[in-house]
Amino acid sequence: MARVVFPDHLHRFTQGTHELEVDCNSFRQLVRKLEDKWPGIESALTDTAVAIDGQIFQDAWFEKINSTSEVFFLQRIEGG
Amino acid sequence: MAEAVNFKAIGTRPIRPDGIEKVTGRANFGADLSLPDMLHGKVLRSPHAHARIKRIDLSKALAIDGVYAAVSSADFPQEVTSSLSTNILARDKALYHGHALAAVAARTPRIAEEAIEFIEVEYEVLPPVLSLDEAMQSGATLVRENLYTNGDESIPPSNIAATQKFERGDIETGFAKAELIVEEEFRVPSAHQGYIEPHACVATSNPGGRVTIWCTTQGPFEVRSATAGVLGKTVSDIKVIPSEIGGGFGGKTVVYLEPVAVRLSELTGKPVKMVMNREEVFRATGPASATHCKIKVGATRDGRITATKAWLAYEAGAFPGSPMGPGCMSVLAPYDIENFLIEGYDVLVNKPKVAAYRAPGAPQSMHAMECVIDELARQLDMDPIDLRIKNAAKEGTIAPYGPKFPPIGLVECLEAAKRHPNYTNKPSEGVGRGVAVGFWFNIGMQSSAEVCVAEDGAVSILEGSPDIGGSRASMCLMAAETLGVSYESINAHIGDTESTGFCNLTGGSRTTFATGLAVVRACEDIIAQCKARAALTWELDVDQVDWEDGRAIPKPGVNVDVEPLSLADIAKTMSRTGGPLLGRASLNAQGAGACFSVNWTDVTVDRETGKVDVKAFTAVQDAGRAIHPAYVEGQMQGGAVQGLGWALNEEYIYDKNGMVENASFLDYRVPVASDMPMIDCEIVEVPNPSHPYGVRGVGETPIVAPLAATSNAVRDILGFRINDLPLSPPRVLAAIDEGK
Repeated sequence: MARVVFPDHLHRFTQGTHELEVDCNSFRQLVRKLEDKWPGIESALTDTAVAIDGQIFQDAWFEKINSTSEVFFLQRIEGG
Repeated sequence: MAEAVNFKAIGTRPIRPDGIEKVTGRANFGADLSLPDMLHGKVLRSPHAHARIKRIDLSKALAIDGVYAAVSSADFPQEVTSSLSTNILARDKALYHGHALAAVAARTPRIAEEAIEFIEVEYEVLPPVLSLDEAMQSGATLVRENLYTNGDESIPPSNIAATQKFERGDIETGFAKAELIVEEEFRVPSAHQGYIEPHACVATSNPGGRVTIWCTTQGPFEVRSATAGVLGKTVSDIKVIPSEIGGGFGGKTVVYLEPVAVRLSELTGKPVKMVMNREEVFRATGPASATHCKIKVGATRDGRITATKAWLAYEAGAFPGSPMGPGCMSVLAPYDIENFLIEGYDVLVNKPKVAAYRAPGAPQSMHAMECVIDELARQLDMDPIDLRIKNAAKEGTIAPYGPKFPPIGLVECLEAAKRHPNYTNKPSEGVGRGVAVGFWFNIGMQSSAEVCVAEDGAVSILEGSPDIGGSRASMCLMAAETLGVSYESINAHIGDTESTGFCNLTGGSRTTFATGLAVVRACEDIIAQCKARAALTWELDVDQVDWEDGRAIPKPGVNVDVEPLSLADIAKTMSRTGGPLLGRASLNAQGAGACFSVNWTDVTVDRETGKVDVKAFTAVQDAGRAIHPAYVEGQMQGGAVQGLGWALNEEYIYDKNGMVENASFLDYRVPVASDMPMIDCEIVEVPNPSHPYGVRGVGETPIVAPLAATSNAVRDILGFRINDLPLSPPRVLAAIDEGK
């Protein structure tokens, strides 16, 4: 199962959970499963960047996730 | 991945396509547009840093001859309560000195300026919160009474909008393993982006509700969506036409005037122009965050870091949203550290809402870390570059914010610095030297590009990323390389929001990477079409045709007696082979490669005046691939100068009531040419595997390391450290006098 890690600003949606394992095969499916578990988190996740196996995505809707993936939600990076 | 040795256009240094227009004064910037029957808008700003607004009466201003309209927040959709909307025109409270309260549109700028003096505002003045320490205290005056940390309403409201924490391993165990611990704290003041061109726009609306905005911006599509949001319109109601831009550095990624100009135009039925003066720019547009950072680093005697603790507080201004997150994520990014704890705080104060400034958040936090690393090197008696190499992040290192680094060039930059003659030559007597490392993530995001081929074979690129640092030239070079034609046969144009596909703003060092990727893909679309037309002409299958050196040729082994067809040849007959040649691409670019740099500077300090003189500065940076090396060097030099300005002189000085006392370039001292030595540059190229030519963004990273490099150099010559910036003559002299 993929390892999924949440930063502090999402903890109010995850009831304090910092990380968990999720069985999913795409980012979209991951978000749906998280929304099922913690209703309301989906809208917060759409404003959040994500790193999947080291690659940072600002929008990762169709990205693949496998059973050994590491998924880190991150604050969106902007720039000057 | 294309090999550098084979490049014909990439890596060359041609003059920029927009150069003549700019150096001859023909280019149109934000304030250059005038329309018939145009009115001039002016904003009334708060004289208080914190005050409840009890009443705004526009009637006397409206009665003045030549005044056509006046607005306050009451004239905007009340259901829109975003920070953006409330920053553009205050609602119930003025939240900083200079906060916009109301605006008028008048026949002339002078009438408008006089008219705002007749707007009556009744205030209940409140005590301002002006520092991080004050704002974070329990029981502090609240900037926003209903602000809850991280949105958690189970705890009392406070000025701390958000917190973040990153941790790995066990710092107690890590510090227990340390044979040496360095712990310091640092303060960096707010600094302005310092763009030469103030914010400016012209807006016009027609009776059907359609709006056109001309403005200076880093992101016309973002102006469109922000203006639509504030006014309760749809984006399709609004067309934004970007002017040339006289600097932005992150400060022109947000809107201040545009929604107000639109509303005034709607009320008057006339075009409305609004231009900030320099004082307004300083008082009301976003500076970079002031910060208070505490760093503790433990290491073994052989220089291996065992643990790090970072506590980072960022001023957000009067609305949530400082770059505390990127500051936390970047502070330890150059290092492979087993045990760390990073805590960040986004804190409201009664100051202007901060905005992005090159590598937002990183210069402040990395100033603190890089100073502590320097101190560690001194106490270990190690070369500061060797210490960094020993602990450097590399491909496969898990970044402190979670993911593993793909190929990165930090070690290559450190090694290039170590062998650079400016480093191997030791500083002379009386000269101090300081070293620091810089980092920025870089971003991709959405871009679109169209490539058209004219009947004579000339190529024109249309894309939507405003050209701030020479991106037109970079686009032309990548197109020339991909198509195999000359740079001179290509032109690049920046479209408006209705003439080109969506492009995110120019920022985050994304344009050459992401919009460049779209241009390359659009050129590949052209090549595919050319191959198809050559195949038709030669009566071959398309898979029997190659594209090489700008020409369609039969693939090796295809037995046909034909002459190669150049792009110009195919363009000449395109009406008969299928019509115009138009290549298109739109994408959401992923895989922007992180960028590292190493800077060092040599300084002297006048012990009688406290003045620091920069004698030499060298920047080494990984560009992935330098498409136009002169513009990469330009970014490195520009960022270095801005970082040196922040290190040496730039700061907002507030009085006890929260009024900025130095709101002009006379008193807010940016570096001038006579302050600066030549900034020597060395470009390192560790290609980014996510871009066909290996591009990494280069615009953000250069501002990061100069702050600490300068601090470390001053530490080197004085023999003691001054932890807070800027290292201005009064601060340095006071420290010398105190014999710190």
